[in-house]
Amino acid sequence: MAGPSFVRAGYVPLLDSAVLIAAAEKGFAEERGVVLSLQRETSWATVRDRIGVGQFDCAHMLAPMPIAANLGLGPLPVPMLAPMVLALGGNGITVSNAVAETMDRCAPEGFDETPASAGRAFAAVVRRRVEAGEAPLRLAVVHPHSSHNYDLRYWLAASGVVPEKDVEITVLPPPLMPDALAGGGIDGFCAGEPWATIAVQRRAGRIVTSRAEIWRRGPEKVLGVRRAFAEENPETLSSLVMALCDAAAWCADPENFETLAGLLSAPERIDVAEAALMPGLAGRLETAPGRFRQIADFMVFAGGGANRPDPRHGRWLYRQMTRWGDAPSSDAGLRIADETFSPTLFDAAMGGTGTNSPEAGERPAGLFDAED
Amino acid sequence: MSQPLTILLVDDNGLRSSIIEEGLREAGYGNVSVVTTVAGLVKRIEMLEPDVIVVDLENPNRDQLEHFFQVSRVVKRPMAMFVDRSDTAEIEAAIEAGVSAYVVDGLKKERIKPILEMAISRFNAVSRLSRELAEARSELAERKIIDRAKGILMKAKKLDEAGAYKLLRRTAMNENRRIGEVAASLVSAYTLLGDD
Repeated sequence: MAGPSFVRAGYVPLLDSAVLIAAAEKGFAEERGVVLSLQRETSWATVRDRIGVGQFDCAHMLAPMPIAANLGLGPLPVPMLAPMVLALGGNGITVSNAVAETMDRCAPEGFDETPASAGRAFAAVVRRRVEAGEAPLRLAVVHPHSSHNYDLRYWLAASGVVPEKDVEITVLPPPLMPDALAGGGIDGFCAGEPWATIAVQRRAGRIVTSRAEIWRRGPEKVLGVRRAFAEENPETLSSLVMALCDAAAWCADPENFETLAGLLSAPERIDVAEAALMPGLAGRLETAPGRFRQIADFMVFAGGGANRPDPRHGRWLYRQMTRWGDAPSSDAGLRIADETFSPTLFDAAMGGTGTNSPEAGERPAGLFDAED
Repeated sequence: MSQPLTILLVDDNGLRSSIIEEGLREAGYGNVSVVTTVAGLVKRIEMLEPDVIVVDLENPNRDQLEHFFQVSRVVKRPMAMFVDRSDTAEIEAAIEAGVSAYVVDGLKKERIKPILEMAISRFNAVSRLSRELAEARSELAERKIIDRAKGILMKAKKLDEAGAYKLLRRTAMNENRRIGEVAASLVSAYTLLGDD
């Protein structure tokens, strides 16, 4: 075998970049003969641009981003693959103290136990504002092509709130969310950890529901790979997927949470206190000061086939993109989304034909209103 | 003759932005505005209606800006510079230098090119400058540490300055390390043992 392969990967400092960071720093990549060179970026736009010109071979990406690239959306789209899922869940929907207090008044105690009851409480606040002739609430997400955006909209619409009409939806970088919430620039946000936790820790707001509850075990971040790189370096990619699966299993083990939090809290990584990372890792969130809630599958790095891409999830994400006008609806588009999430490379690397959990029809079984 | 272009520069590095601004002005672009903080940026863009927006690639607000360009009905829709994919070398050079640019849809490419080239060359010049500065600082630090290592050796081994330096150099050659590294490990070992 030749010497180690060199892979350049970009990431955005969020809790769900853990698998890439652990692979690079805990020797998982090295064991598989891969030298993984990580570069931190401050925006998804820059990750996309560096992938576009080939400065990165692969990157930590929002699940809809490779689909958007393959659909030719946005600047510099290059053909991409999502051969592995890096994380499921992990996002919290956080509202300002003022909105949370109105929700308290409008809804029975414990409304945050389910997305449906939290949605009813939120819809009641929106209705009140309309009746009082107040301006629509402003909610922020991290990127248009993100599960944050699509899950938030799905939850709002299912609760009877019309995005863009009843509430405004804007885009803000995650680290700015807590301060924007505290300062009144936004009334709520959906962002990946640790930013919901930090907003609560800074007393800026409350977590009213989470992505894991809106769409349980939905893909949040994927390994986005330039298709050209995948075609030219099949063995390297295979080794990388194996290394990342090793790292994912390590990240998912509660025994390693503290070590992982220590690794991620470093100034050159996520650069936040370990105490801001542990709640997300353990799925025990401080939803309001002093109030804790255990959320099942809040942040999933591995287990139960979590890392294997599922074409049905690709198609579902595409349907969300078309639902909200980010992409025109077509059979060709649906096929592109399906192929982007093909498990072929994953299965080849992991030496098996893993199966995706059975889901009837096109709506993922993990949606909170799947039974409706 | 076409209208003069309005250029907006978004960069939180004040030194760099003033260097670029100066360059653009010298090149005859009179309508250059600089924003170093993103607070109120969207309003600023609506007010200025720039033809070209140059943004530092590391600016964390790029996702927000691109979203704003997508949905805004107020400003003429600016497109990422890279939408014109014909000039791959230029795009790569821009990203390498840390420059992203957005131009109002329909604006002629020839009119933008010199602006982007200016931004790229000045971005590169500034990073070269700061790299040189960092190198100069570490060189100075290295020289200081070598002096301390020499002092330690002179005292411990009863050598003169030239002899101490020779010993450092020989060790570095034997161990295939830089003399600064040898000096640094000697100083840290000596500090650990106390009595400095």
